[in-house]
Amino acid sequence: MHARADTAASWPEEIFSILQRFEVRQVPYVPDAGHSELIERVLGSSSMRGIALTTEEEGVALLAGAWAGGQRGVLLMQSSGVGNCINMLSLVQIFRLPFLTLVTMRGEWGEFNPWQVPMGSNTQGILELSGIKVLRAAHPDEVREVVEAGAAQAYNACTPTAVLLSQRLIGAKVFTK
Amino acid sequence: MSKANLLDRRAVVAELLRDRKGAFAVGGLGASTYDIAAAGDHDRNFYLWGGMGGAVMIGLGLALAQPSLPVVVITGDGEMLMGIGSLATVALQQPRNLSIIVLDNEAYGETGGQASHTGGTADLVGVAKACGIADSRSISTMAEVEAFASSLQDVTAGPRFASAKIDGANLERVLSSRDGTYIVNRIRGSIGHTPI
Repeated sequence: MHARADTAASWPEEIFSILQRFEVRQVPYVPDAGHSELIERVLGSSSMRGIALTTEEEGVALLAGAWAGGQRGVLLMQSSGVGNCINMLSLVQIFRLPFLTLVTMRGEWGEFNPWQVPMGSNTQGILELSGIKVLRAAHPDEVREVVEAGAAQAYNACTPTAVLLSQRLIGAKVFTK
Repeated sequence: MSKANLLDRRAVVAELLRDRKGAFAVGGLGASTYDIAAAGDHDRNFYLWGGMGGAVMIGLGLALAQPSLPVVVITGDGEMLMGIGSLATVALQQPRNLSIIVLDNEAYGETGGQASHTGGTADLVGVAKACGIADSRSISTMAEVEAFASSLQDVTAGPRFASAKIDGANLERVLSSRDGTYIVNRIRGSIGHTPI
């Protein structure tokens, strides 16, 4: 039930290619409609393992273990999940992890549900206060470039990075009776 | 607080790691990290001084990355309760090389011994089993600890979960390194990964 802002370009497919190129192996996620295409792609992949979580903070800890074991990962979540992660994000600094998360945004750009707004409004601030660099993509034609830059600085420079995928990009969720 | 029929936590952990071979050991925030340090420092010890609730998930990430090596998570009841959902996440992935053991003193020892849920109504073995970790058991003797220690070397039959009721006595802290990058890079180095 998402009104897509875009017609042809499949930015989730572009993200998938970037993750492949950077040899990402573990992809923990809490399902989100905005990530659904990418999650399907990951679950169908032979080189990546999609790992369904019960709460997003599990994914932060998982990626610490993956890194210790020699594998790269990326955490897929919705903006509300960033709040669930706060204490566990300590691990990112403590272990100097090559941390990358792709966050689909709610609570902005035509939001219907007021309950999404408080956390959506604080997502970027919380990430930055946690020592994570924040990049943002709001249009389909910039997703590849932004995610590529995020992956490069996270994996090559161990610079923890979050890429926010704007609700403008995903399309505001339509609630119908 | 001390009861005669309860296991000694240091003896349990020493036995688990006595013949560890290439195993990784992840310790939860609190006394379980001291227990692992007391059993002897090792370059595959993953000590946690924070991130409460994350021990099992760190173990899972490590286990999926290194499927041919045993990974054992040794944590406390409070730490396990905080990350209780991770048992469902582990069960879904069925990592054959992952073992989890909770040292259950039914209390938050690090903060003054306040009662935890396991001394009341919560049954961790029941939770683990219900989440889908079929090999979930209670441990109450050192013979059972020995059996668990040898089973964790089998990287084809996990995941497995155990809860051992231990004596609640606060023991002298044995402090491990608390430098996270050192701990993680040492583990990475032990499997052949050079620094970035």
